[in-house]
Amino acid sequence: MSDHKSTQGEGPVPLMQQLLDSPFLLLIIGVGMPTVIYIIWGIMEIVAIPVAP
Amino acid sequence: MAQFRTCPDTGFAIDLNADKLIKWNAVTAVVFLLVGGLFGLAVALTRWPAVHLLGADDFYLALTAHGFDVLLVWCIYFEMALLYFTSSILLKSRLALPKIAWAQYILMLVGAIMTNVAVLRGDSSVMFTSYVPMMAAPDFYLGIILFAVGALLGCVVFFATLYIAKRDNTYEGSMPLVTFGAMTAAIIAVFTILSGAVILVPTLFWSMGFIGSIDGLMYRVVWWAMGHSSQQVNVAAQIACWYAIAAILFNASPLSEKVSRTAFLFYILFLQLASAHHLLVDPGLSSEWKIFNTSYAMYLAVLGSMIHGLTVPGAVEAAQRKRGFNKGLFEWLRKAPWGNPVFSGFALSLVLFGFLGGITGVMMGTEQLNIITHNTMYTPGHFHGTVVVGTTLAFMAMSYWLVPTLWQKELMFPGLAKWQPYLFGLGMGLASVFMMGAGTLGVPRRHWDISFADAAMVHEFPAAAYMMMGLNGIAALIGGVGGAIFILNMVGTVFFGKAKQPKAAAAEVPNIGGAATTYGSAGTMAVPGTFVLALVFLTAFVLYYFVNWKYLSDVWGLS
Amino acid sequence: MSIFPPKERVWWNEPIEKSEVLWVTLALVWALVMFFMMPYWHMTGNQNLSNEAYKIRPEVFAERTEAFAAKYTVREQGETGIPVVRPPAGSDVYMLGRMWEWWPVLELEKGQSYRLHLSSVDWQHGFSLQPENINLQIIPGYEMILTVTPTSSGEFSVVCNEFCGIGHHTMVGKIHVIEK
Ligand code: HEM
Ligand SMILES: [Cu+2]
Ligand SMILES: [Cu+2]
Repeated sequence: MSDHKSTQGEGPVPLMQQLLDSPFLLLIIGVGMPTVIYIIWGIMEIVAIPVAP
Repeated sequence: MAQFRTCPDTGFAIDLNADKLIKWNAVTAVVFLLVGGLFGLAVALTRWPAVHLLGADDFYLALTAHGFDVLLVWCIYFEMALLYFTSSILLKSRLALPKIAWAQYILMLVGAIMTNVAVLRGDSSVMFTSYVPMMAAPDFYLGIILFAVGALLGCVVFFATLYIAKRDNTYEGSMPLVTFGAMTAAIIAVFTILSGAVILVPTLFWSMGFIGSIDGLMYRVVWWAMGHSSQQVNVAAQIACWYAIAAILFNASPLSEKVSRTAFLFYILFLQLASAHHLLVDPGLSSEWKIFNTSYAMYLAVLGSMIHGLTVPGAVEAAQRKRGFNKGLFEWLRKAPWGNPVFSGFALSLVLFGFLGGITGVMMGTEQLNIITHNTMYTPGHFHGTVVVGTTLAFMAMSYWLVPTLWQKELMFPGLAKWQPYLFGLGMGLASVFMMGAGTLGVPRRHWDISFADAAMVHEFPAAAYMMMGLNGIAALIGGVGGAIFILNMVGTVFFGKAKQPKAAAAEVPNIGGAATTYGSAGTMAVPGTFVLALVFLTAFVLYYFVNWKYLSDVWGLS
Repeated sequence: MSIFPPKERVWWNEPIEKSEVLWVTLALVWALVMFFMMPYWHMTGNQNLSNEAYKIRPEVFAERTEAFAAKYTVREQGETGIPVVRPPAGSDVYMLGRMWEWWPVLELEKGQSYRLHLSSVDWQHGFSLQPENINLQIIPGYEMILTVTPTSSGEFSVVCNEFCGIGHHTMVGKIHVIEK
């Protein structure tokens, strides 16, 4: 609202907002995170399953 | 050169390419909802023991077609329309790469038809999950791949439009929250589709005989990176619709841009990990992997959802209070337009998604609790609470605004439309509850005959299980009527609707282009009503969660 | 409004309303409770999967199951021709899924623990123990091992709850649990 406007709307854009304003950076993070944590880690687990004795 | 028209209702400049593409994608989506919905009805009537409509062959065929047509084709086609709407129209930009966008439409259509043909032929009744080593015909997989490539092109167009809009300064500052939500959906969609390619392309080659075998566990891990993430696309898109509807109906601003966008960021970072929900009782994956992934890294994505669950109705409450509906905790809610299907669809979607889909999903996604729900009817019960009464209902609500506005036509059957969200929400909500009830009693999903008439050995399910499956059939019929009214209304409006009288329209829908807009709750409104509702939700969540631990603790010891 | 860009160029620093902060805090606490419930149950609960598993060729698993059945068969299950196998308490127990049966039938003692080996020799199956409602995914090529301790007695069914072809709905097995 207007009573905050004078202090809020100005100054340098904070880092977190810059991140949220960068679709392509978010795209890379959003594809990279699950690829590493879910897929790659998951596949490593499967590969590591031993053969039955 | 892109051409624009001005929307008489909203004042938006609409790129004619985007206009056409949104219309074609939305109409195609609805057609597949019709096809898939009919299969769903046939499935529900077969699982109603007293009716047992289809034979075994046809049942498994219909179930495969149902899953594919509604879950993938309906949802993703509609999401393509949303991507174009939220990028081109909301950013007041031309749509980038219209030719690619048409390729998106056509590839998805060819793919959808190809897979449907393969299924209807009868040699590919493998369920839409197509777990190896059960093999479908090559065109079954090829159709899904083409469909996915089409969807990927749609995402490319979306991101390219974000890029040119920013470059050409069609808007100032940050993109609108609704577009941000759609972008979240698009990011998840890219991961979804790439995972799909990684697993389905080799599977296609295997079905053609070029590859000897596909590992069953590997398939499941990668397939669910697609299968579950595509549900997260639905969730993100549905929440973008919620914010859009709150804005369109109430001129609502987000309570806080920061909080809402951070909640979406949690989705981007963590939502896709939950693909592990499907693998909690699989052999060989460690509990560390299961726990970290199934909990979206410590439930941070659930935190995101709970935030949206507060901020969406909170935005409505703040807007209503600003209009003077300030009495008590709930005047803002009582005085909401419950007869307007855009609102009632939105409100039901929000509540039912949270209570039926959300709570149950987190419960059954808990590593150990999954033991007592995996592959029982509880599973379809849960996801009819998410993707049907959540996503589908949100998309229906959105359509009640989008279709008359884009086509500039009056709704064909406004009287029926008033009732439609209640019918559909109630019917499918009850269906979801009854399916979960049957699952709690052990009834398996994807099962033609729980009386085991042709089996060498028989298991007798309790009478209550039969009753649940019967009630599910009745509820499905009610929901089916609701779905039919929606489709009738949309198709009727598009093809036979009366041209809109600009005046009458303005009375119904606030002129969103012109309204004075403010943002941020800071220094404005507290939202006590919403907060109380949120506490009710949290209480139900906590109770239900621990009740299920109690159920689990009663079963045989496992270690 | 959510369908327009934020009015302020910098919105990150805007203050957040109290009830929103409170809700985020509550939700975060709840998220952490749910997260730590899982490791907590591993430490104190009686229902956890061991996740012990091996890669195994279906023929090998079938051979081992047959050898196991040959050793401990006590009778036949009714007219079905399927052996009822009664292994000693604490031993290794095998059950295999194939189109469309769970083989063999087991007879266990209440309160005793067994190392149960499960696998499939053809397609994926769903091991669904009824009416306990314990559900496991069975995948060919993988042998899943878990220690089960029946805490109730009677006749239990193993229903298949993963679609495994046209006979899927006829795939039922049995586990008898007897009181000592
Ligand atoms: C008239 C509306 C609908 C009815 C009556 C209906 C009913 C059912 C029933 C009874 C099942 C069967 C469960 C089983 O035997 O395992 C099922 C499965 C399913 N439904 Fe629906 N449904 C409807 C709409 C939808 C919609 C709109 C969606 C998605 C947007 C959806 C997604 C699914 C999926 C993914 C499955 C699982 C298929 C599988 O197991 O492979 N349904 N539905
Ligand atoms: Cu089976
Ligand atoms: Cu089966």
